[in-house]
Amino acid sequence: MSERVLDLDPVGAGDTEILEVSMGPHHPSTHGVFRMDVRLEGEKVVRLKPVFGYLHRNHEKIAEHGAYLAAIPYTDRLDYLCSMTNNWGYCLAVEKLAGISVPERAEYIRVIVSELTRFQNHAGLIGFLLQDMGASGTPLMYAFREREKILDLFESLSGARMMCNYMRFGGVRVDCTPAWLDEVRSMLAGLPKFVDEFEALLRGNEILMARTQGVGVLPRELAINAGITGPMLRASGVNYDIRKVDHYGIYDRFEFRVPLGDHGDVYDRYMMRVLEMRESIKILEQALRDIPAGPIMDPKVRLRGLRPKAGEAYGRIESPKGELGFFLISDGSTIPYRYRVRPPSMINLTILEDMCLGQNVADVVITLGSVDIVLGEVDR
Amino acid sequence: MTALPTPEDIKAQIEASVPGAVVTVIPNSSPSAQRSLLLDHEHARDAALFLRDHPVLRLDFCSLTTGVDWLDTETSEKVKLKQLVDGVEKEVEETRKTKIPGYLEAVYHLFSMEKKHGPVILRLRTANRTDQTHVPSFTPVWRSAEFQEREAFDLYGIIFDGHPDLRRILMWESFVDYPMRKDYVPPADDPLAEVPA
Repeated sequence: MSERVLDLDPVGAGDTEILEVSMGPHHPSTHGVFRMDVRLEGEKVVRLKPVFGYLHRNHEKIAEHGAYLAAIPYTDRLDYLCSMTNNWGYCLAVEKLAGISVPERAEYIRVIVSELTRFQNHAGLIGFLLQDMGASGTPLMYAFREREKILDLFESLSGARMMCNYMRFGGVRVDCTPAWLDEVRSMLAGLPKFVDEFEALLRGNEILMARTQGVGVLPRELAINAGITGPMLRASGVNYDIRKVDHYGIYDRFEFRVPLGDHGDVYDRYMMRVLEMRESIKILEQALRDIPAGPIMDPKVRLRGLRPKAGEAYGRIESPKGELGFFLISDGSTIPYRYRVRPPSMINLTILEDMCLGQNVADVVITLGSVDIVLGEVDR
Repeated sequence: MTALPTPEDIKAQIEASVPGAVVTVIPNSSPSAQRSLLLDHEHARDAALFLRDHPVLRLDFCSLTTGVDWLDTETSEKVKLKQLVDGVEKEVEETRKTKIPGYLEAVYHLFSMEKKHGPVILRLRTANRTDQTHVPSFTPVWRSAEFQEREAFDLYGIIFDGHPDLRRILMWESFVDYPMRKDYVPPADDPLAEVPA
C-alpha cells in the first residue's frame, strides 16, 4: 500500500496556498467526460481524486434484461475503439459457461481482427498522447491515416467501421473472402514502415524525452497489488500477458514476444505500445499464412434462445487496454442472471493519484494520457 | 504455469492456517467448473492475506470484484395430512411454504501474476438484503478492489467494512437506491421514465 496524502491544512507550511482545480469533465485532455479533483500547492499536485460516471448507462443491467445474444452489440460500445476485442471477451465467457467450441477458421479470423484492433488502438493512443504533449495534430494524423485503412477493412468485413458486432459465441458472424485476406496482406506490408517512421519521428525528439522520462512512475509492486493490467503493467516490468498465460483461442500457435519496460514511467508506457504494434504485425503475418478453410460457426450452437445450464463462468482476454473479463451467472434461463464486465480502463485508474502526487500539474495530463482510458468502458 | 490446488485443498489449507476459519466450497455445475470458496466474515481478511502471501499460491492479483443480488426465495412443499372433514377422516393436501431469506454476495476472482495460475474465487455473503449488508473489505489486501468495491456499494448497497474511501462512484452523491438490485424500481420522478412511448 502506498502512502496517501489526506486532508491538508488549507494553508500549507510554506507561503503558498492550496488551490483546488477541477480538471474536466469537459477538457480536451480527459479523452471524454472525466473529471479530476486536483489540489495544488504551487504547481505540485498534493491530492487527486478521479470522478467519473457521467457516461454511466448501467450496461450490466441492460444485459441482464436480454438474451445472451442481445448483449453482443452492447459490448461494442464499452471501449468503442476496440469493438472486436470486446466481442471476443464476451463470447469467450459465454463459450466457457455453455461449453461451446469454436471452429479453427473462426479462431484465426478472431486473431486477425483482434490484432488489427490492437494495432489501431496503440497507434491512436500514441497520437493522442503526443497531442496532449503539445504536438498538435501531426502525429495523430499519422496514426489516423493507418487507422482508416484498418477501419476500411472492418467495414468491408462486418459492415461497420467501429460498432462491428462481429463475433458470436461459437464463431464469427460472416466469413471473410480471399480478396479480403489479400487486402489485409497488402495493408500489412506497409505497416512496418509506418511504425519505423512513427518511431523515428518521436524517439529522437528531445522534448518528448524530457516530458516523459521519469514522469508518472508506477512501481512494480504497486502495479501488481492494484490490479493494473495490459501495456501499463508490462511497462512496470511485470511479465503478464493473458495471450501467453491463458493461451485463449489459438494464441499458443504464434511466436511473439512480450515487451517489458523497466522504469514504469510515461516513456516506458509509450514504448510498450510501439513494441506491441511490432509484435501484432508478427502475429498477423503468421495468422494470415496459416489460416485454414472450413466452417466459421459451430452448427450446434443455438444463437437465439441459448439456455446454458445453471452455473457461472469468468472469461478474460488481453484487450489492448488490459485484462477485459466477463463474469456470467446463469440460472438456467435464456437471460443471464448476472452479467459483469471487468473494465481494464477503470481499474487502471485506481493508481492515478499515486502516479501524480508531487508532480507538476502539466504532467497529470500526460500521465492520464499514458493510462489509455475510454470512458465508454470506465462508466459503462 | 504451476498447477493450482483444488478448492478442497485450498479450503483445508486456509482452515489449517487461520484458526477458526469456516470455508465452504460452492459447487458450479456449468462446463467452466469454476468452483468458489465461501468465507466467514470474521476470518475473511486473514484468509485473504494467507492466500496472497502463501509461497505456493501467491494470489497477488485480485482481478474482478463484484456484487450479486440473490432475492428471497420460497420453496413450497406439499404435505399430506389427515383431517376430520364432516366427521369423516380424509386425506387433505396442504402446501407449506418455507421462506429462504435473500442475501447480497461479494465475489472476488484471484489470480497469481507470479505463478501465472488462477482463478481462485472467493465469496462473502451478507446476512440479509436490508439492514445487515456488511462484509469485510479486501481493499487493504488488494488495492485493485478499491474502485470495484465502491461500485458494488454504489449499485448493490453492500457495505465494505474497512474500505478507506467508500463513496458512490458511478451514480451521483444524492442518489438513494441501489439500481443493480433485482427488485429495483426506478423512481416515478425519473425523467427517463416519463418519456412517452
